Amino acid sequence: MVSDVHKKIKAAFEAFDYETNNTVDVREIGTIIYSLGCFPSQTDLHDFIAEVEEDHTGYIHLDKFLPAMAKILLEHKYPPIPEDILLQAFEVLDKEKKGYLEPEELANYMTQEGELFTQEEMDEMLTALADHEKDLIYYKDILSQLTIDPEL
Amino acid sequence: MVLLFFFALLHNCDLLYYICCVSFPLFALLHAAVTTLRAAVLIQRWYRQYVARTETRRRYTWHIFQSIEYSGEQAQIKLYNFLGYLMDNFTPSSNERNLISHIFRENEVCRDAEWERYFCYKNIEVPEIYSGPHLTFPLTVEQTVGLVEAFRNKKQLHSRYVLQLLLETWKQLRMLPNINRISTCQSKEITICGDLHGQLEDLLLIFYKNGMPCLEKPYVFNGDFVDRGKDSIEILIILFSFLLVYPSDVYLNRGNHEDHIVNLRYGFTKEVLTKYKMHGKRILKLLQKIFSWLPLATVIDQKVLVLHGGISDVTDLSILARLDRHNYVSALRPPKKRHKSSAGMSIDSEMDEDILAANKLCQRRISLAYPKAFGERESFQNRSLQDFSDRIKGNAVDELESRMRKQSIYNSGTISSEKNITASVSSDSINSDNPNDEWKQVLDLLWSDPMPQDGCTPNEVRGGGCYWGPDITEDFLNKHNLQLIIRSHECKQDGYEFCHNRKVLTLFSASNYYDVGSNRGAYVKLGPDLVPYLIQYQASSMTRELTVRQSVGRTERSALKVLREQLFAHKSDLVCAFKKFDSENTGLVSVTDWATAVESVMFLGLPWRMLRCQLVTSKIIDGMIDYNEWFSELNIKGSNTDHIDQSLLETLYRHRSTLETIFRIVDTDNSGFITIEDFRQTWKLLSVYLKMEITDEAISDLAVTIDSNQDGSIDIDEFMEAFRLTDKKSRLERGRSMFMGTASDLTKLEGDPNI
Repeated sequence: MVSDVHKKIKAAFEAFDYETNNTVDVREIGTIIYSLGCFPSQTDLHDFIAEVEEDHTGYIHLDKFLPAMAKILLEHKYPPIPEDILLQAFEVLDKEKKGYLEPEELANYMTQEGELFTQEEMDEMLTALADHEKDLIYYKDILSQLTIDPEL
Repeated sequence: MVLLFFFALLHNCDLLYYICCVSFPLFALLHAAVTTLRAAVLIQRWYRQYVARTETRRRYTWHIFQSIEYSGEQAQIKLYNFLGYLMDNFTPSSNERNLISHIFRENEVCRDAEWERYFCYKNIEVPEIYSGPHLTFPLTVEQTVGLVEAFRNKKQLHSRYVLQLLLETWKQLRMLPNINRISTCQSKEITICGDLHGQLEDLLLIFYKNGMPCLEKPYVFNGDFVDRGKDSIEILIILFSFLLVYPSDVYLNRGNHEDHIVNLRYGFTKEVLTKYKMHGKRILKLLQKIFSWLPLATVIDQKVLVLHGGISDVTDLSILARLDRHNYVSALRPPKKRHKSSAGMSIDSEMDEDILAANKLCQRRISLAYPKAFGERESFQNRSLQDFSDRIKGNAVDELESRMRKQSIYNSGTISSEKNITASVSSDSINSDNPNDEWKQVLDLLWSDPMPQDGCTPNEVRGGGCYWGPDITEDFLNKHNLQLIIRSHECKQDGYEFCHNRKVLTLFSASNYYDVGSNRGAYVKLGPDLVPYLIQYQASSMTRELTVRQSVGRTERSALKVLREQLFAHKSDLVCAFKKFDSENTGLVSVTDWATAVESVMFLGLPWRMLRCQLVTSKIIDGMIDYNEWFSELNIKGSNTDHIDQSLLETLYRHRSTLETIFRIVDTDNSGFITIEDFRQTWKLLSVYLKMEITDEAISDLAVTIDSNQDGSIDIDEFMEAFRLTDKKSRLERGRSMFMGTASDLTKLEGDPNI
């Protein structure tokens, strides 16, 4: 079981190891971890990177990544967010209980609360989530469409 | 309160902190704020995960297409080498050799006057009902603009005018040097375009956004104008016309697809023969010549080098500048030799061919340096060529393996191949320079790709040229006093990509190349400051409306479909590989073993584990995959092919491009039909190539299925379609465009402020 997990991690890591020397750019770590089905927060990511980065070289070596990541997977440390919890989260933001969010509404929250989105991230999110004709975010529909099966 | 304080710190929000320190009555408000905060964090976390997953899918989808594309190119070159091997080693009178010798026959009619007669367009009448554009020479700007408009409206240029245009183009190209040198004086901005691959919509879009070539608007087109897309000939006509009208402002560089051998496989040959049924063959022959006369590179302000593929550690602009570029009709052939001894005797004669063949044999033996190292698929051509190789370097196997390890997964793709193209000593040189050195210069220029590591290694994935590293770029630029290399040859998601410390720019102008939404195209503008200014676009208006998620999804579905076909085509080998992990014959393998086995057969370097859930839809019980069930999922059946042996069908399917290429070679008069006898010979050839037993009976069964009117000839297209060997929707191997963007969509875009 453990070796299976190791193989999974190695496969994901290798996909970003462009120079085939068992290192990846630190900026890709988030993507790798996400692709393994985990949902860390930004803080979690920063902590993880601090733990495994090679002395501020900007690179992370497989030797450090593998055990740390295996631990995370085996402990289910950053589990996926269940759909119903997500729905509740959207409902909290939808104060008027309209059933949808307006782009500006969502943008305000995303760019001013929590782990702030950059303008670029925000634009991309709106393009991805907003209904084209009405320019509103129908969060209930989106959730069912976008929740990806994290099982690899 | 502690909890709130903690959240405040986390959030780093002044207001919260203040409230926190201040007061209790505000607790209710605080609670709501905290809940909002938590909600926001959850959504952000979820969304970022989603984006990362989408990005990963996009990358591997890309990688699928690219691996398959490059392994197709490699297969083409292998086929070509195999045919060359046949030429060298079969006796002159053998049937097989006669079947294919004509593609190796020297394409020269010695004197120019003969060529002019061959271009003979004067006897071709243009009928009254012809509604396309009429051309008079010398060409004018109005006529050229008219041509663009006509093609936009789906008109076809009459063969008489095509031939006339080609004649004029040939005359013009002959006057050009191998390396064009241009400058951005008078504050001119030069526009450079990359691969177009027959995608007329993209060229029209570039003209729309940037304006057409003219005195104030010089253009450089960096090769690969043809193949794959459906309007290659129209693109050539437009480019050649602009070249004639603005000879000092339009520059064309040759690409690796400006090569008739490559065109046989990738669709250009077929396109011309389909559009020009009567004169297509002549047009193709002339284009062979014209392609060889295309300049090899362009230098801007003596500082920026524009060429199609790239460089190698031995690339030397002075050698490139002085070689006879028209000797390289196909970069895949060793250079032509002219035997001046027998006066008036054309090289076409059998006797000269034998002399040639003997020389080639000698050449080939010497040039084989690396035997195929990896044993899984021992195909005949590799083994036999290996037998001939008497100059094998001792540690060739190790060298190959270490090179493989150096290349990243996303770069390397396939592992197997022999390296046939090395600079080697030829027994007869024409010029003072070694012709094989020159040949390597041209090959490297047209086929090489950059890599992140230092050094220079043979490009085994494509089968020609090199992979070159940043150190090579550095040395090369210093040696020639240049500052930037602009090249094309590789499809890039954003239409362009910098590498080697921004000293190399890859530029690709065919958008939606792999599928709708797969990538953008780009062109670059260079002013006197020589700072590249890049413009991106995407041809179909529909792609702009797709969300990121949707376009990734589409492309991914396409890629997976293509991949499933490839897997199906390798069923026998896969079953063998699975059985190695399934000694007790349970029919089950673990996911890990499945991934290992698949890679060992397919050699595509793909993340199979990640792809597994998309490729295997049957249930996985206890982490084990039922591989027989999986194959029945993948099964592709032809219409009335039940009487044909399954394994033969599989062979047909796997090697369909090779099969079609051989058919087209055998079809010497390019009629689209081959005789039953030649059909049989083709199968003999193929069975030798694949080292497979194909009985005469099996061949007869195939022939009967197709030659329904029993007239003794077989329609190649019909054959390919009968066995579902052409998937009309799959553009990858067949060069047919599948996306919906058309010229009429472009007119709709005119009111679109988004362009």
